[in-house]
Amino acid sequence: MKKLGVIVNPIAGIGGKVGLKGSDGIEILKKAREMGARSEAPRRALEALKIIAKLKNEIQVVTYPDEMGADECREAGLEPEIIGSIESGETRPEDTMEAARKMAERGVDLILFAGGDGTARNIYSAIGSSIPVLGIPAGVKIHSAVYAINPHSAGEVASLYLQGKVVNIREAEVMDIDEEAFRQGRVSAQLYGYLKVPVERRVQSVKSGARSEQAEVEGLAAEIIANMDADTLYIIGPGTTTRAIMERLELSNTLLGVDVILDRKLVANDVTENQLFDLINQHGKARIVVTAIGGQGHVFGRGNQQISPRVIRLAGKNNIIVVASRDKLVALQPHPLLVDTGDPELDRELRGYVRVVTGWEDSIMYRVSDDAD
Amino acid sequence: MHKKPIVYPYIPNSVPEIKEAMMKEVGVTDPMQLYEEIPEHLKYHKEMQLPKPILDEYSIRRHTEELLGKNKTCGEHLSFLGAGCAQHFVPAVCDEINGRGEFLTAYVGESMGDHGKWQALFEYCSLMGELMDMDILSIPMYDGGQAAASSLRMANRINDRKKVLVPATMSPDIFLIVQNYLNSVPAPEIQIVKIGFDANTGLMDLNDLKNNLSTDVSAVFIENPSYLGFIETQAEEIGKLAREAGAEFVVYTDPISLGVMEAPANYGATIACGDFHTLGLHLGAGGCQGGFIATHDDMKYISEFKDLMFGLTDTMQEGEWGFGEVLFDRTSYGSRDKGKEFTGTSTGLWAITAGVYLSLMGPQGMQEVGTTIMQNCQYAAKKISELPGLKVQLSSPGFKEFVVNFDMTGKSVAQINKHLLEFKIFGGKDLSIEFPQFGQSALYCVTEVHQHKDLDKLVYALQGAVSC
Amino acid sequence: MARQKKLLRDNYHQARWDEPMIFEMSVPGERGVLVPLACENIVSQVGDGVSAIPANLRRKKAPALPEVNQMRVNRHYYHLSQETLGTDVTLGISEGTCTMKYSPKVQEHMAARHPGIVDVHPLQEPDTMQGILELYYKVEQFLKEISGMDAFSLQPGGGAHGVFTNASIIRAYHRARGDNNRTEIITTMFSHPCDAATPNTAGFKVITLMPDESGYPDLEAMKAALSDKTAGIMITNPEDTGIYNPRIEEYVKAAHAVGALCSYDQANANGMMGIHRAREAGFDLCHFNLHKTFSAPHGCMGPATGAIGVKEFLKPFLPVPRVEFDGQKYLLNSNYPESVGKVRTFFGNTNVILKTYMWIMQHGAEGLKEAAICSVLNNQYFMKKIAEIPGVVIWYAKGKRRLEQVRYSWEKLKQDTGVGTDDVNKRIVDFGIEHYWTSHHPWVVPEPFTLEPCESYNKEDLDEYVAVLKQISKEAYDDPNLVKSAPHKAASHRPTHEAIDEAELIAVTWRQYLKKKGKK
Repeated sequence: MKKLGVIVNPIAGIGGKVGLKGSDGIEILKKAREMGARSEAPRRALEALKIIAKLKNEIQVVTYPDEMGADECREAGLEPEIIGSIESGETRPEDTMEAARKMAERGVDLILFAGGDGTARNIYSAIGSSIPVLGIPAGVKIHSAVYAINPHSAGEVASLYLQGKVVNIREAEVMDIDEEAFRQGRVSAQLYGYLKVPVERRVQSVKSGARSEQAEVEGLAAEIIANMDADTLYIIGPGTTTRAIMERLELSNTLLGVDVILDRKLVANDVTENQLFDLINQHGKARIVVTAIGGQGHVFGRGNQQISPRVIRLAGKNNIIVVASRDKLVALQPHPLLVDTGDPELDRELRGYVRVVTGWEDSIMYRVSDDAD
Repeated sequence: MHKKPIVYPYIPNSVPEIKEAMMKEVGVTDPMQLYEEIPEHLKYHKEMQLPKPILDEYSIRRHTEELLGKNKTCGEHLSFLGAGCAQHFVPAVCDEINGRGEFLTAYVGESMGDHGKWQALFEYCSLMGELMDMDILSIPMYDGGQAAASSLRMANRINDRKKVLVPATMSPDIFLIVQNYLNSVPAPEIQIVKIGFDANTGLMDLNDLKNNLSTDVSAVFIENPSYLGFIETQAEEIGKLAREAGAEFVVYTDPISLGVMEAPANYGATIACGDFHTLGLHLGAGGCQGGFIATHDDMKYISEFKDLMFGLTDTMQEGEWGFGEVLFDRTSYGSRDKGKEFTGTSTGLWAITAGVYLSLMGPQGMQEVGTTIMQNCQYAAKKISELPGLKVQLSSPGFKEFVVNFDMTGKSVAQINKHLLEFKIFGGKDLSIEFPQFGQSALYCVTEVHQHKDLDKLVYALQGAVSC
Repeated sequence: MARQKKLLRDNYHQARWDEPMIFEMSVPGERGVLVPLACENIVSQVGDGVSAIPANLRRKKAPALPEVNQMRVNRHYYHLSQETLGTDVTLGISEGTCTMKYSPKVQEHMAARHPGIVDVHPLQEPDTMQGILELYYKVEQFLKEISGMDAFSLQPGGGAHGVFTNASIIRAYHRARGDNNRTEIITTMFSHPCDAATPNTAGFKVITLMPDESGYPDLEAMKAALSDKTAGIMITNPEDTGIYNPRIEEYVKAAHAVGALCSYDQANANGMMGIHRAREAGFDLCHFNLHKTFSAPHGCMGPATGAIGVKEFLKPFLPVPRVEFDGQKYLLNSNYPESVGKVRTFFGNTNVILKTYMWIMQHGAEGLKEAAICSVLNNQYFMKKIAEIPGVVIWYAKGKRRLEQVRYSWEKLKQDTGVGTDDVNKRIVDFGIEHYWTSHHPWVVPEPFTLEPCESYNKEDLDEYVAVLKQISKEAYDDPNLVKSAPHKAASHRPTHEAIDEAELIAVTWRQYLKKKGKK
């Protein structure tokens, strides 16, 4: 029997409706509550859990007490096993982390959680990517890619996964948003890590020649490598798609950082912005290889700030290669790929159409913008 | 005077009242308003210059019968034409089943509503699998030429090598198809090298083969029986040499021979292919061809098929057969980089027919038809070689075809065939352009449809053609 | 005992024969058909014939084919045919993009029974098959007129094959010009997947353009993709969404400006005969699916024909042989040294050509145009009704008229009820309607279904189809489980694995299945 872990972050998104961004920090929380804010998370979680409840005789559910899952599970009609202890009304990030740890120990097959970027980070720091997870969106604008489109979809996909039905497991970015900066109107994000997330899989008909995302990513890695110029630095940005390039060359790589190679050999791993600038300055010829990071498809500005505006200008705007799987681009539709380098003028200059390498001898012309419209 | 609009039997809403009501429903008064999204200057404002239509069914039938009546046929004529398309006996049940409207007009429906179609195609694969003694087949291809071309590209995807070796006796048409298919941008992806043959036997020159075998050879391709009719008796050895060099051994065969000839799988073929039009299909002026590729049960091969495969599975209902599409995504085999060519509508109805044929024939029927073909063919060859001035070009045993040389008669094949026509006989295919080294030679095809008297008539007519 | 005419066939049930595999029907010794044997005279002169085969190439073990008597073979395949929903028995409106029109029986009988085609060998002297050659020649002339192109080849065996041949021609053209730098082909996301897969097979790198909110790509995207490396653009118009792309002319101009060729995939030409031509849009190559637009049946996936048309300057590259007329006779001409060679043995699927000929001859210019107009009228009428069904959403091109088909979405139905397009598609057969076509991959439009009510269907057929979808929509809201567990009345139920890719589960032949079963 499959085991499902359920974690609800009852304060996620609490600031949203009263105009406060994010809910980190006791002060912000207090202010939000004073303003009469209610969290969206429990209600959203309930929506997803009602769908899961159809499987109640086929699965075991494990959750945390009261508003961290038990309330929502029961209301949805499930009979969960309740573990851990909390101070009702005063939940903290540590509770989320402990819940995830305990559920991992219990051997759950999937953790379904409701929250925002912070909640995703908490879970990641507790258990890494050891167990698949799926997020029910419940915060303000979410940057991490671990969330389903809506609570209904979260319930559906989780159900499919628990029934052993065909699903893909994708590695999705967990973003670390500087919430203070965010409140001041700036988005400053780091790539925090990757979580494994089930994604509903379409029956791909051979008649249309469709191939798996995995096969296509390996193909695009081969394409990039086959066309690499000699005596040119290749700056490989973070992400799972770019990782395929490093793996194909059998070089060590930094999933969350920037690596540099020259003539198929490793020059440096996980470089800082300064190091990167110096390297390009010394060597001369360079190309930047980046992929879309985060839920909104950022090519620059989420998790690869080491590739700064001056680095981009030094390498040359025309020396940027974007890679991404076709599935990723299709999922982004109709929105463009985004750039947020920190230099608005550079962002404007990068607007237009870029040829995204999506497979062996395959690319898709995609719009890049500095504005998500 | 306003011309009365025609109501077409195949365009039911051309009834004026209905048309008007529907136009009103969608808010147009003139049909051309339906096309408002097409810019005016991109619209065709003239009238197409096509023949005045023949509207009634009796007249079109008569017109077409007159048109087709201009053709001579292999029914009223005695035909010895082969070279990739051969006359074989077609059981009535084959025509019955491929005339069934459901099979004739089905397309891409899923496995529940189209369960019958999926099962019929699964059975085609299964029956062919027994004939080929191999576990894996996909749905059919356009023809044997396509099958050969795709087999060679499969080999390239499997071992990433860039050269294929083919016999110089190979069908020139299939060679052209393969050549175009293996071509690429900016230069040919895969190089094709022709291996020489012995002028007396037709068999592959093994020394030439060995000299060309190296670690850059992706596949060695042979036809067995050959385009020129002979059985490549060295097949097993060729296969061994190919595999020792790490290349795929691709054998192109004629399925109707496999009741008496060994399946290529059992003399070393790693990929087998061919054209199945010989299994229950008419000549159809070349429209009844169909290609197949078969391999052993090995993910290395399975994952390289370009076409759909129907896999047997069960359904939500206990005890029921179901079908699913076999995909290869999770395999770690197969070229990760290169796409597997393309796929599309090919020859499904003919594949079902081939399945029906094999169901009717069974193992005994296949053995009998192969035997009859060889006996008739050998008899014809024997009698022809006894005629003065005529020679059977190649000494190797053949299956259903052999090359007749007319050089000593002083006449060209064209002249001979013209004379034969007066006897209502279609003589063998003229090979003088394709194989000039054989002089004035023709490829004669003799199958189970030829009776003793037919063969005697041929001999008699040839005698006349030669002496006049 | 009055019976009222129903709109929905709610009593329908498909034949469900629990039919065994043909192998399971085998009875050792039974014969399905007896084979002509060589006469005694021959046998006495040549012996058993098979001794001529060297021992190592002789069949040692007879093929393990089933042994079934004729009546049972016939019955077996009859059963299977009854478990198949061809357009002869169902509303082929379901298969959008496939143009499932009525294949007139007068044509079918002629092609299947007349010895003047059935018994003709393709290598007969041209003088002995003037009727066949006339068919090919005349159909070529018809298609030239319909498209405006200068020459056609009827050799390719299907639509994708036709597009592949066009890609081969583009390749040959640039190579003949001495330009080895033309390594790329551009296509669009909504063009048929073969517009990407076939140039890829021909060796090109492929760039795909994404649609913007209008449903087709921005001209800027096209211009950004074009360069001196572009060999050609290959696009379908109207695309599978049924939306006519008015930018088509601009794409063509932009492509020509960089020296690239333009190839028109006209699989969706049914709504355009006599109204829009490839030539006026500026294209250099085009293709038609004769088994779609021109009434040849689909045959469970073939035989078919992808007729390709080109402008005069590309004629030298067409496959050979070409059928030509010298004023008195028809002949076959292979004297084209720059030809791409062959893509198929012989010269084409003659039965498909015959049916195309007869269909065009029965309609003429006026009839073809009428067919086009009625298919578009049918579609717009149909679209209006479908749009009213709860749960349906139509992406792109709001308020604009579509041509012969539409891609719809059950997005809202899925959100509201959890019932998606795959579920509706399984319930639809419970009403005697074949499964519809969803969409090619990737599913840019979510929960898609693509329907094409071509001119063969009358208003009542359309109304029936709408009524069925309306009913299923209602069921999704009222009793979603009924839809999610469908089909209930088809020849079989939902397979446990619609997609099979684990090695242990693969059984593509009966023998493979038995071997695996034996192991388990």
